[in-house]
Amino acid sequence: MSTFDPALIRPAALVPAGGEVLPVLPALAGLLPGGGLRAGTVASVVGDAGLLVALAAGAAGGAGVWTAAVGLPDLGLAAAAGSGVELERLLLVDRPGVQWPEVVSALAGAVGLVLLGTDGPVQPQLAARVAAVLRRSGCVLLVAGPWPGAVARLRVAESRWFGVGDGHGQLTGRQALVVAEGRGAGGRARTAWLWLPDGNGEVRAVEPGEQAGNGDDTGVLGGLAVV
Amino acid sequence: MTTEEAGRTTPRVLVLWCPDWPVRAADPGSGDGQPVAVLEAGRVLAASAAARAAGVRRGQQLRLAQRLCPELRLRERQPAREAELFEPVVAAAEAFTPRVEVLRPGICVLPVKGPARYFGGEQALAEQVHAAALGAVGGSGNGSGSDNGYGVRIGIADGLFAATLAARSEAAATDRTDVLRPAPYGLVVQPGRTAAFLAPYPVAVLGDEVLAELLTRLGVRTVGAFAALSVRSVADRFGPTGTAAHRRSRGLHARPLAPRRAGPDLTVEQLFDPPEQLAEPLVFVARTLADLLYQRLGAIGLTCRRVAVEVTTADGRTYSRLWRHERRLGAAALAERVRWQLQAWQGMAVFEEGAGGFAALRLVPEALVPDQGRQLALWGENVAGDALERAVARVQAVVGQGGISRPRPAGGRGPGEWVARAVWGEEPPRPVAEPWPGRVAACLPFVVPAEPPQVAVLDAAGRPVTVSGRAEASAPPDRLRWAGRELEVTGWTGPWPAVEYWWDPARSRRRARLQVVAAGRALLLTVEDGHWQLEAEYG
Repeated sequence: MSTFDPALIRPAALVPAGGEVLPVLPALAGLLPGGGLRAGTVASVVGDAGLLVALAAGAAGGAGVWTAAVGLPDLGLAAAAGSGVELERLLLVDRPGVQWPEVVSALAGAVGLVLLGTDGPVQPQLAARVAAVLRRSGCVLLVAGPWPGAVARLRVAESRWFGVGDGHGQLTGRQALVVAEGRGAGGRARTAWLWLPDGNGEVRAVEPGEQAGNGDDTGVLGGLAVV
Repeated sequence: MTTEEAGRTTPRVLVLWCPDWPVRAADPGSGDGQPVAVLEAGRVLAASAAARAAGVRRGQQLRLAQRLCPELRLRERQPAREAELFEPVVAAAEAFTPRVEVLRPGICVLPVKGPARYFGGEQALAEQVHAAALGAVGGSGNGSGSDNGYGVRIGIADGLFAATLAARSEAAATDRTDVLRPAPYGLVVQPGRTAAFLAPYPVAVLGDEVLAELLTRLGVRTVGAFAALSVRSVADRFGPTGTAAHRRSRGLHARPLAPRRAGPDLTVEQLFDPPEQLAEPLVFVARTLADLLYQRLGAIGLTCRRVAVEVTTADGRTYSRLWRHERRLGAAALAERVRWQLQAWQGMAVFEEGAGGFAALRLVPEALVPDQGRQLALWGENVAGDALERAVARVQAVVGQGGISRPRPAGGRGPGEWVARAVWGEEPPRPVAEPWPGRVAACLPFVVPAEPPQVAVLDAAGRPVTVSGRAEASAPPDRLRWAGRELEVTGWTGPWPAVEYWWDPARSRRRARLQVVAAGRALLLTVEDGHWQLEAEYG
């Protein structure tokens, strides 16, 4: 582990972390405490890149906010653009290695949102130091993986893909059961069925009529079943 | 007109010519005898030997060239790469004399007078320049051979015009030994015999199309015949351009060489004696040095694209890192970069235990260009703010200059090819326009592995699934084996063939793609030469 001292790295603009909240897509707002990503906090998304990008899309599509993807060399950029992330204001640091805390701290002062992928588990002490830098700068960190002390932990519990049949069709979308747990929610998990994405590439809530039969263990319908 | 006058007034020069330079730069593998043509504005700019043998000529229209030589490989011109590749050759020539003029990438000129005396005569000089240039070309190429099937040709004559012609001429007839000395590396025209050397050439070589056409119609077909006309009648009939061509035809090309000047050495340096143990004083000094550097650059109206910060430790090692400058770094900002760089190096334990402190700090400006100011667009430009520039510079101090990039639209069929990564601050290649038939569209994958892992696709009987030349799967895929796990396939579609560059054996790829849903995951699988890869994962 590298020697990392947050005192060395002073973010350029110190925004006091007030009640500022970065917007998220309407479908995801109900899952997060406060209805958005509070400035200077960390949210963790386990195991689903689509959900990570969807969470970032609301903020990263906004005017003037730069986004950085650190340690995510496999991120599908075309898909990210399709979900609403503004590629013109996206920075990529593909391989920071063990130096990711320095990279995140340096970027925190200048960008509004950082997506982070780490190689292994994060030590709680290191997480606390990075969190301190984020609190001072007001930057939101979305971690692809677990993070000690994240205000929200999101994951996809169940996925159903649509459009692919038995040798015919084409993927059109998926319904995903998203589970959000968080510190502020009193320990209760919130869940929602979302289109992630739907046939138009958008993320929205699943309407009651569109719900694929619960308990359907294949999770796949024929191409014609999609409306 | 006498030859004595020509010998006296026209300096002898040596022309070093690398044939087909645009072809070499645009297609480094073209030495294998393939017909290659380099295009500029829809016309052939240069062609390889094989293409020329098929009748492809400079200035031809693309359509005609393709009709003459259907297997012709076409390449766009790459001026930047031409210049870059020629740089070692120029450096090799500069070992003989500092006064080298580069006419364009692929051809440069040396004065003969001084070097010929030093290196033992014109023949010896030509031989040595030839050997040095060949070595430089081989080293700059793809390293497969000494000169990749190309040569380097040398011509020595009175004046640039005749010397260029001498370098370009094929091994001449031996019955003109009073005029020429042919050699394996090129041609040396005897001093004072340049007019005689030029005489048999057609007037077209004078480089004035209109004049050449007129002269031919007037019955003046060779350079010799043109040179025989009196100066006064030529001036009367053809004016200043005719007079200039007439002078060339008599071997009087008196334009002095315009060698490129080596950039002034603007390096600023501070030595520390005794060696400095701490980084802070270096940052302090860096600020002063940066001020001095900008003062010097400003005084001669130049700016630099990059600044190299070099630190020498007491044990004699030098550490260096390049910073992109882009006219934006003030002295304070540059000093700050020195601080970040030293911190990053100390953090990564670059300096060894016994290094003994810092002995010198140098700021070296690179890629000097005239300072033309910087104009931002009024609107519509995503300008990175100062805070962001600073943050990017700090990240670069940690992960290196190439470690931070921006996405740029690109063309391609695979999901990973749509958007390319361009290193921060560098100009990305222009995207190739749509359409891309065969794109796997609709749903886009959120995970595109940089190095796709191998996957085994098996049918119900446990045999590997193959895709035929007619894009049919041998059997429905039943399960995937990948990273030690086995996933049951619940839905699949495809295969969709994707054949790229079928006209070019070197770049040709035949692939087929399959969308598969297995264990709740949607995957895009690609088969090439019978091997399946996980190209992307949706969601």
